[in-house]
Amino acid sequence: MKPSPDSKMWSSMMWSSVKYLERRVLHAVLLLLGASILSFLFSSLAPGSFFDEMKLNPQISPETVAALRSQYGLDQPWPVKYFRWVKSVLHGEWGYSFAYNQPVRSLLVLRARNTLLLTTLAMLMAWLIAVPVGVWVASRRGHWEDQLTSASTSFLLSVPELVLALGLLYLVIRTHALPVGGMVSTGFDRLGFWGQVSDLAAHLIVPVTTLVLASLPILIRHVRASLIEVLQAPFIQAARGHGISRSRLLFRYALPAAANPLISLFGLSVAGLLSGSLLVEVITGWPGLGPLLLEACFSRDIYVAIGVVMASTLFMILGSLLADIMLVAADPRVRTDHA
Amino acid sequence: MATETAATRALQPALMKASGLSKRYVQRTPFSRNKFAIDALVDVDFEIAPGCLTALVGESGSGKSTLASCMAMMEKPDSGEIWFEGNEISRWSPRKLAPLRPKIQLVFQDSAGALDPRFSVAQIIEEPLEIQHRESGQQLRARARDLMEEVGLSPDWANRSPLQLSGGQRQRLAIARALALKPALLILDESLSGLDLSTQAQILNLLLDLKAARSFTCLLISHDLTLVGQVADFVAVMHQGRIVESGSTAQVLTSPQHPQTRKLLASAQVLESAFRTARAGGRP
Repeated sequence: MKPSPDSKMWSSMMWSSVKYLERRVLHAVLLLLGASILSFLFSSLAPGSFFDEMKLNPQISPETVAALRSQYGLDQPWPVKYFRWVKSVLHGEWGYSFAYNQPVRSLLVLRARNTLLLTTLAMLMAWLIAVPVGVWVASRRGHWEDQLTSASTSFLLSVPELVLALGLLYLVIRTHALPVGGMVSTGFDRLGFWGQVSDLAAHLIVPVTTLVLASLPILIRHVRASLIEVLQAPFIQAARGHGISRSRLLFRYALPAAANPLISLFGLSVAGLLSGSLLVEVITGWPGLGPLLLEACFSRDIYVAIGVVMASTLFMILGSLLADIMLVAADPRVRTDHA
Repeated sequence: MATETAATRALQPALMKASGLSKRYVQRTPFSRNKFAIDALVDVDFEIAPGCLTALVGESGSGKSTLASCMAMMEKPDSGEIWFEGNEISRWSPRKLAPLRPKIQLVFQDSAGALDPRFSVAQIIEEPLEIQHRESGQQLRARARDLMEEVGLSPDWANRSPLQLSGGQRQRLAIARALALKPALLILDESLSGLDLSTQAQILNLLLDLKAARSFTCLLISHDLTLVGQVADFVAVMHQGRIVESGSTAQVLTSPQHPQTRKLLASAQVLESAFRTARAGGRP
């Protein structure tokens, strides 16, 4: 059967979308390569190494220290160290931790899992709050609800994450309402399933609330601004003219049309999943990548630090790749532009 | 020109009437008490006779689109009254206005911006019918295809994106969408402005054919007095938020009283010949 002009056109658009995504994946791989090279270059410029403190110990001879440096390849120039590290990544080890005496991967997986639990929850909650609030205040532009939200988001924007976390910790400590620090209480293993869930949830409240409060103002402002722009578009006016209900107008017409900048922002927030919470984790004692990176930097455990940086970079790239895929799916103009 | 039928219809009560309509836009400067105010409409009285094609003409910024928005209840006037089918609607709540909205449909100037790029051509026509629960399923699809044919769009384009249509085709699509709800009043807000002369004439011909077939009332907003002179029964000329002259097309065109009308008449004569050529060739 002869294909219709429409089916030809759609297959051409699909093909161009695939080509577009192929290019994005290639960019992502190159970006990852560039980030890993820069990480190694900068870490090699940093003074000192994990074994430098041993030199101060009179019981360890300089020859032993030199032998250890040689054993771990620290006496090699950085390009050699880099290729060894790439080989180790390909073997699934991600380098070797001097401090923990084990492959970096096992450390990273455990800590990244904790960080992902925290940040995914925080991100989901932040978006679930920001989208309806942003849409609502955009539809009430200039009214008292809009002005109150604007004042609240300005206030939250001006308070640093550090102060938010400390303030919440102070409240929790004063009221004894929630456990402070760590991920679970002692005796966690003896609790039943729901007991474990509620214990974990109680530990999550302070860091998740801090992260949500820190990201909410930016998200609400972006949703509001995108919606306001779209609500003035002629096709929205036309839909109003058809007698559309307010909720259908906002959620079926305006929100999808305002999705482009929000999808890019969503990509960035996925990108910040691993890196965004580092400070909050350190302050609230959440055993994620934040404290691991801090310890690795203090002890010059170079491969652990590079591992954390690379994990964050990987998430950043995956986040923007996800945003690209969502953009292609959501916006016919992106598909048409590449057709 | 105003026909005998139009003159008879003009004697009937107006389908839509604005009386003493005023609208002011105020822009505040950030961190300052200074305000910048524009009087878009100043004490406007305006009538649209049923079954007629009334043209609203004026230069850019004269308040034509604001008047159209107020009459389509897209914007609330600051003061004055708007009467539609014998009811004063300017103070009606959005809930009370909802059943009235399908009776007044707008076709915008920016045809690309007026069509949601995420919808296909068929979906764009189906959407108003779906909103008003008038049709569903296969009936809805068939109705969309009928409307496409009626405005001269091939039903084979039903699954296309509006982005893949030309400016003229998009304007036909916008007219089909507006007609889907069988409005009593169709307002074309500078809908011909972005198009080349030949396409303008084609759309205008289409409008006349549709109006003859469906007998709706039409308000045509334009800055080109020569163009509307070919098709309108009545003309009103706007200048700086006021209606400065109005009457039958023949009266306004042959003996313009206001300097603004004379100025508008003097400009854009070239379209007349293009329109005559297209009209002589039948429907393009």
